[in-house]
Amino acid sequence: MIVQILSGVGNTLLITALSLVFGAALGLPLVAARRSSWRPLQLVASAYIDVVRAIPPITWLFLIYFGLPQYALKLNPITASIVGFSLIAAAYMAETYRAGLLSIPAGQWEAATALGMGFFSTTQHVITPQAFRVTLPAIAAYAIALLKDSALASTIGVHDITYQAGLVARSSHQGLLAFTIAGLLYIALSLPLALAARRVDKALRIKLEVA
Amino acid sequence: MTFFDQWITWLPQLSPGLTVSLSLTGLCLVFGMPFGLVLALMIEGKIVPLRIVALLFVEIGRGAPALVLLYLLYFGFPEGGIVLSAFTTAVISLSWTTGAYSSELFRAGLAAVPRGQREAATTSGLTGWPGFRYIILPQALRISTPPLASLAVTIFQTTSLAFVIAVPELMSKAYELGSYTFEYLGVFVLTSILYGAITVAALALVRLGERRLSRHL
Repeated sequence: MIVQILSGVGNTLLITALSLVFGAALGLPLVAARRSSWRPLQLVASAYIDVVRAIPPITWLFLIYFGLPQYALKLNPITASIVGFSLIAAAYMAETYRAGLLSIPAGQWEAATALGMGFFSTTQHVITPQAFRVTLPAIAAYAIALLKDSALASTIGVHDITYQAGLVARSSHQGLLAFTIAGLLYIALSLPLALAARRVDKALRIKLEVA
Repeated sequence: MTFFDQWITWLPQLSPGLTVSLSLTGLCLVFGMPFGLVLALMIEGKIVPLRIVALLFVEIGRGAPALVLLYLLYFGFPEGGIVLSAFTTAVISLSWTTGAYSSELFRAGLAAVPRGQREAATTSGLTGWPGFRYIILPQALRISTPPLASLAVTIFQTTSLAFVIAVPELMSKAYELGSYTFEYLGVFVLTSILYGAITVAALALVRLGERRLSRHL
């Protein structure tokens, strides 16, 4: 039983990791648009963020997996869940980045400008390193939330932890045990993430104090 | 038939599902929030066995996906000889989720009440439970209310998970409608609009309420 449930770990981690990476990358242009001074762009970006967050993830997955093939875009379950979760993650990551940027005092921008630094070098050398420290715990928390949300991929047939536990439950009448194992497995997978985030956070804090 | 004509004919078929989703949300809040407060008090209390039990409930409720909890109870109850309807199982499971998440918000609220309040209560002769009940708790609840309201909106979205154990809520109705019209895209877009509209309206209410609550601060 345990072996079968463990066989879903790969897909769970694959979906979580790829969605997080794509979401983190897509979140960058999104936050840039959100903070743009050109109003239409700003509106589009905040509308995207609000719409994504206003609709349950399972509805997104069904929309992509069952709805898109109507217009000839047939995705396999894994791709469909990665696309879905990446689009969702982008919205959450953009909000996380925004919170990080807002935490940087305006004086940092002014000081960099006074030193003759342009927008891009200020962003790269002054703002991002500071914002990164602030956002890291939030990103780790979101990564854990995404890991748990990835269980929804089982509803469109991805063979992840939850899916395998479901198979065991239906064939062996030991659903209680199977899903207890699955639940503990998710908790176990999120622990290293939480611990790593705490360590990196602490290390960065020390560096910050020394500097 | 145009897009909108279709939607008009679909709406009556989806609305019973929406009613189930909303009643599921209501019941989960009615049972889950007080459960969360009890869990928070057990964790903050001094009785060790109670603390451990409460921590287990909270850590499993928050650590495992809500979907897994749902399946756990759905398969677990019958195996233990308890036969419940899918709807009741969903209420119990999602109340657990609500309780686990809200207990953290209640605890944050309790921690945010300044120490001086407790000291002042003690000096006024309000020690122990009365001091807690009349001085600390009202202030903590006031602080916890806005995040709890946001949680309520999240719980509404989470009820969509009950689909997997065949509770006839909005997602189930949408899937059913999709599978015999083969208009999956249209049906799920309409479903998204229903979820989105209620979420946006509820969040607007939360923000309004928040402003009213902070009027006298």
